[in-house]
Amino acid sequence: MGTSTTALKGAGPVTGSRSFIAKLRDGDEIARLITLVFAASVVLITAALVLELWVNSALPRQKFGLHFFATSVWDPIMDQYGALPFIYGTMVTSAVALLIAVPLGIGAAIFLAELAPPRVSDTLQFFIDLLAAVPSVIYGLLGVFIVVPIMRTMIYPALNKPFGYLPIFKGPSYGVGFMTAGIVLAIMVIPYIISVSREVLLSVPRDQREAALALGSTRWESTWKVVVPFAKTGIMGSIFLALARALGETMAVTMVIGNTPKIAASLFAPGYSIAAVIANEFTEATGDLYLQSLIALGLVLFLLTFVLNGLARILIVVTTQKGSEVGG
Amino acid sequence: MKRFTGFAVGVLALCAIVLADNALLINGAGATFPYPIYSKWFDVYHTKNPNFQFNYQSVGSGAGIKQVTEGTVDFGATDGPMNDDQLKAFQDKHNGTGILHFPTVLGAAVPTYNVEGVSAPLNFTPDALAGIFLGKITKWNDPAIAGANKGVSLRATDIVVVHRSDGSGTSFIWTDYLSKVSEEWKSKVNKGTSVNWPVGLGGKGNEGVTGLIKQTPNSIGYVELIYAVQNNIPYGAVKNSSGNMVKADLASVSAAAAAAAKAMPDDFRVSITDAPGKNAYPISSFTWLLIPQKFQDTGKRDAIKGFLTWMLNEGQNSVEALTYAKLPKEVVEKEKKAISNIQ
Amino acid sequence: MMSGRLRWRKFVSNFMLAMTGVCAFVSVLVLFFILGYLVFNGGTSINWDFFTKLPKPVGEAGGGMSNAIVGSGKILLLASLFGVPIGFLGGIYLAEFSGKGMASVVRYAADLLNGVPSIVIGIFAYSLVVLPFKHFSAYAGAFALGMMMIPITLRSTEEFLKSVPRMLREGAMALGASKWKTIATVIVPAAYRGIMTAILLALARVAGETAPLLFTAFGNRFESHGWSQPTATLPVMIYTYAVSPYEDWHRQAWAAGLVLLGLVLIINILARTILSRGIAVPRS
Repeated sequence: MGTSTTALKGAGPVTGSRSFIAKLRDGDEIARLITLVFAASVVLITAALVLELWVNSALPRQKFGLHFFATSVWDPIMDQYGALPFIYGTMVTSAVALLIAVPLGIGAAIFLAELAPPRVSDTLQFFIDLLAAVPSVIYGLLGVFIVVPIMRTMIYPALNKPFGYLPIFKGPSYGVGFMTAGIVLAIMVIPYIISVSREVLLSVPRDQREAALALGSTRWESTWKVVVPFAKTGIMGSIFLALARALGETMAVTMVIGNTPKIAASLFAPGYSIAAVIANEFTEATGDLYLQSLIALGLVLFLLTFVLNGLARILIVVTTQKGSEVGG
Repeated sequence: MKRFTGFAVGVLALCAIVLADNALLINGAGATFPYPIYSKWFDVYHTKNPNFQFNYQSVGSGAGIKQVTEGTVDFGATDGPMNDDQLKAFQDKHNGTGILHFPTVLGAAVPTYNVEGVSAPLNFTPDALAGIFLGKITKWNDPAIAGANKGVSLRATDIVVVHRSDGSGTSFIWTDYLSKVSEEWKSKVNKGTSVNWPVGLGGKGNEGVTGLIKQTPNSIGYVELIYAVQNNIPYGAVKNSSGNMVKADLASVSAAAAAAAKAMPDDFRVSITDAPGKNAYPISSFTWLLIPQKFQDTGKRDAIKGFLTWMLNEGQNSVEALTYAKLPKEVVEKEKKAISNIQ
Repeated sequence: MMSGRLRWRKFVSNFMLAMTGVCAFVSVLVLFFILGYLVFNGGTSINWDFFTKLPKPVGEAGGGMSNAIVGSGKILLLASLFGVPIGFLGGIYLAEFSGKGMASVVRYAADLLNGVPSIVIGIFAYSLVVLPFKHFSAYAGAFALGMMMIPITLRSTEEFLKSVPRMLREGAMALGASKWKTIATVIVPAAYRGIMTAILLALARVAGETAPLLFTAFGNRFESHGWSQPTATLPVMIYTYAVSPYEDWHRQAWAAGLVLLGLVLIINILARTILSRGIAVPRS
């Protein structure tokens, strides 16, 4: 008797409504409620975070409006705050990072997906995944003690002497600066490009490759002209993911960027990024406008990474679905 | 699953028991300027009084002022005294009770540099320093610098300026001095713990600035004297208001405080940059502990009062070893009386 | 008989493919370089003192990071106790109980939370936990790190639960088990490996986070007792020591970096080995 009622209860939705107390006696309902509470708390926490950011950045919105994004003065004494130097610094360092990481990353992904035998590919991917796990403060540590001196003694002379007339290579070398931060960021985001691009390339159906080869193309031509374009959107997605990671990176950047809120054309100049200025100035921002301007910067960063992550996800899903649809 | 929960609860309970509170922890945060002497003091004081642990975090004067105002730390520390707005902000947040400044030591902000081939102390005129930090003097062999340093060969290399990236009392001392000696600096940049620096790299804390200067050739920055000494980087002499080139040391810093010591205001907030006196080092300063006037926790209050008394008596004996100057006697006496203001 | 054009194309092909090999090789080499450099610089500084002594006053050589090691351990433990149950039980809800609407909302929120830059999480934790209670604390740091563990745990739990074969589910139900009993005794154990992996990976990820701890755990010269005191942690110590000018501190920063990296890598390797030995589950 007990068994059959239990089996009936567990089988599906019960018709008719029971009282709440009756429902509570049902173990399943309790389980549902408990897990519901925890799931809802995730939504709650996220909503609270977004709300806090929005509410606590009201002052600069009121005072500066959209001008906040167009001004480049950051003066705590005069209580004037403009986001431009930090947005600029974040963009430039991320751009440098991608310029270095994308070719390397896609190249490595092609090797892992197309050329390497499966076991070699999996082993190398394992190591690349470990690279992604290295904490950012360690990248900062290496940045300060390895990349900065290399920048000063090798990279700067190599680029400044022959190309010093170009605005991006002008000016003195500090060791720290946009380019140094970009290089450190590049190392940090390569694993993301490699692992996602590799997955995406692996999902390209075999007959695409085989068709190209059958038509007489070389291995490289079939890869570069057929497989990669097929996986193009997914690779784009991996780049967006990498970009989102680079934008939000704090510690490694603040240790090597020079912490100067100025916009400069030269890549060797010191700069600042959104995450770095928050890390440096948040605990000491006296005055509500100062503090809220920093939070407003945090909100900007959050929105940027949010959009990029969303786009990335869509692109990656679209590509892998395309692969399974087209068949093979 | 059950086993895991049981394990976790057990560990937590164990932690709570084993690491149960034995000593009273008093938290402070603020200036990096006096950090070497504070960390030494708190270490020695803890050995003498194991019941008290003073945890001081060197995060910059700006953060010290902010966090003591928010109440997240029990005391603060700054080399730039709180201005009236900040004092009012504290009172607003603490039901009208105020915050007191207690000078601890005298120190100096020195121009320290890393110039290839130069190990001798350079001489700097006020105009040279202002020009460098304004970004108008860009090469080491500029006449403003070379003029005061005949006999030193300076090359036409670019000057890399280093300043603080965090809210800093040392910055306050430096910009306070520059505002006094340069009209242009005063109108363009003015003084404060966080200013809009015309040029330069930002380092975090006195530690960060020292680190940057050590690693960056042809750089110049400002740090508290002990940081230059402990790290063996050269620092220069500055021309004072009497026209003498003075290097920072115990005598010249004490000389700078001599006049102010006799006329010390009751709240101890005073600036001694560009002080009169022919041997005075022009970029000297007191540094203060910020103690709230009222404490809810009587244990903490008594601990802090005890520390302050010790600091004014025995603590002063260890400051000179770290190149800070002792407080003038008049100031010490005045402070001892002021301790009773803490309730 | 190859024409010149074909020879060229073949050459380009071999060259470019070799280049991709170089790219892969270089990328993997970076990892070993990092490890090697840390071992070289930090290895000699890892001694008994490092693990057992407190830091010395500024400028004096010697001392260790015992408080930071314990502090990191405490905060990570608390962070797991906060983040894992939420992620785990939330994942169960998504996989077993929820309707489509609620599920997408929860997933969306988790994805959002996952993308929040860690410094912003620090801001949130400061406003929510530090300010109202008026002190920096271990639990503020744990709150921030725990929040970061939630999305990974949630999504992975959901995926691994969903991938448990229908056979197992239906078998249990046929034997008369109620839904929650099925979940607790059959489905979760079946997905256990994957979920464990995800938790370990989440732990490894937050173990290295520095930014959120700057405004929450702050720092402590001494051992922190209990959970409501400011706490020293390994990543923050590394940061502080690395940007300082003291050679001795640099030495200790390398040692701490090695310890931290070693910890993170061991957790990662452990997690991935657990996964690879388990039931075939889809890659996340």
